[in-house]
Amino acid sequence: MNILDTLGKLAAESGFAGFLAAGGWKNLIMIAIACVLLYLGIVKKFEPLLLVGIAFGCLLTNLPGAGMYHLDMWDAYVAGTSYTTAAGEVIEHLSFTDIIHEGGLLDIFYIGVKAGVYPSLIFMGVGAMTDFGPLLAYPKSLLLGAAAQLGVFVAFFGAILLGFTGPEAASIGIIGGADGPTALLLTAMLAPQLLGPIAISAYSYMALIPMIQPPIMKLMTTPAMRQVKMEQRREVSKTEKIIFPIAVSAFVILLLPSTAPLIGCLMFGNLLRECGVTDRLSDTAQNALMNIVTIFLATSVGATMVAERFLSLNTIKIIVLGLVAFAISTAGGLIGGRIMYRTSGGKINPLIGSAGVSAVPMAARVSQDVGRKYNKTNYLLMHAMGPNVAGVIGSAIAAGFLLSVFGG
Amino acid sequence: MGVSETLLHPGVTTGALVAVLGYGVVFFGICLLLIVVTVMGKVMMNSQKKAAAKAETVPAAPEPAPAAPVEKPKAKGTAGELKLYDTDPRDAALIMAITAHKLGKPINELRFRSIKEVKEK
Repeated sequence: MNILDTLGKLAAESGFAGFLAAGGWKNLIMIAIACVLLYLGIVKKFEPLLLVGIAFGCLLTNLPGAGMYHLDMWDAYVAGTSYTTAAGEVIEHLSFTDIIHEGGLLDIFYIGVKAGVYPSLIFMGVGAMTDFGPLLAYPKSLLLGAAAQLGVFVAFFGAILLGFTGPEAASIGIIGGADGPTALLLTAMLAPQLLGPIAISAYSYMALIPMIQPPIMKLMTTPAMRQVKMEQRREVSKTEKIIFPIAVSAFVILLLPSTAPLIGCLMFGNLLRECGVTDRLSDTAQNALMNIVTIFLATSVGATMVAERFLSLNTIKIIVLGLVAFAISTAGGLIGGRIMYRTSGGKINPLIGSAGVSAVPMAARVSQDVGRKYNKTNYLLMHAMGPNVAGVIGSAIAAGFLLSVFGG
Repeated sequence: MGVSETLLHPGVTTGALVAVLGYGVVFFGICLLLIVVTVMGKVMMNSQKKAAAKAETVPAAPEPAPAAPVEKPKAKGTAGELKLYDTDPRDAALIMAITAHKLGKPINELRFRSIKEVKEK
């Protein structure tokens, strides 16, 4: 045995050699990006539950030779073309079973994203954590949840103008819904090649809501409007809260069947919370299940941040369009708020409109904070929770529409 | 079934049309939902008012026969509406039982809105 040859072979096969191969420098950049995201998640606490997992998935997928995620395999799966395995076997039409046999660990995790399982389960947890009481007490706040979807469609149109395909533009636009699971589900279905940049864009802007929204809120409202104190709403009965998820599921799914996974899971989670006889299941959906799914979802989304796909002009366009979508959605909600302020004779504080973007409860907290800045006795949080949870339904309807148009 | 070429690479007109239609569909869906929720709320409030009115008339009804006593209506607010602040549910149950005993009234005739631990400063 020639020791030098053996050492040379080991060096050539190591991951370090991969950095010196053609395009290997891109992996180094992606590893640096992963470290920045880890810093933002751990030190700056920007959506840490997701960002840490996404960043670590990104790190793992960009280590040459690790083979945990195979971009070419997923491209073949999506396109329905043949795939040649490492052993030289040609598979004509890849199935999830083939991916389990031939793929790496993150490929297996990613099946849950591609099948739409993780976002739906996250929605179940969100439903179990959400109190729809404020919305039921003031149903008109649903309109603010619809108004705040403006950014989705403006960003969609902007993406078309920038040369993206219809399904890609739809996936980019949904960032404006400020709803992570919805954005991931739609993107996994319509434009899986953009999953990494869209996830990063959506979750980064959701974390930055306290910085993005207040200037727009100040720009679009007068000091007098911001000081409006809203009246206490009626108490909502337990029966109402139980009937609500059942009625919404049946109604919205019948209206837009493509919303079934999201709305079905959201409302099922909420029913577990409200019915009063499934406390253990509600607790599991809110905590254990949510945490487990978050781990799988975050790492597998991070795994899609492969250097050759992520480092492109399209990523920059997506990040810019995402910001536009968020800003316009906030403005749309505020326009709705101003209209309600006028029609109610000044009883509605338009600041609650910005909570129509569905980042729950962050957007409602921002309404509360800005409101209190102008009137120390103002307490807008519960009033803003109505549009906030309405935004979740609104973004699910928007996603359902885009899925039915571009889903084929 | 794939997406048509028009939708795969939409022009400015098709893109604008889809955007306007989409926003309209969201509003349409939400408006219909608003109607459903409003109607549901009205029905619930009416039934609650009727139930409350019925409950108020029950004490005025004639005394039932001793062999088949009519169960008294439960006091309002006993269906899990009690709010606890820094209070253990077990302690809350004890507090409610002691209060009922001291007042000499059945616990279902009392309405506890919230129990809060007052911490010494």
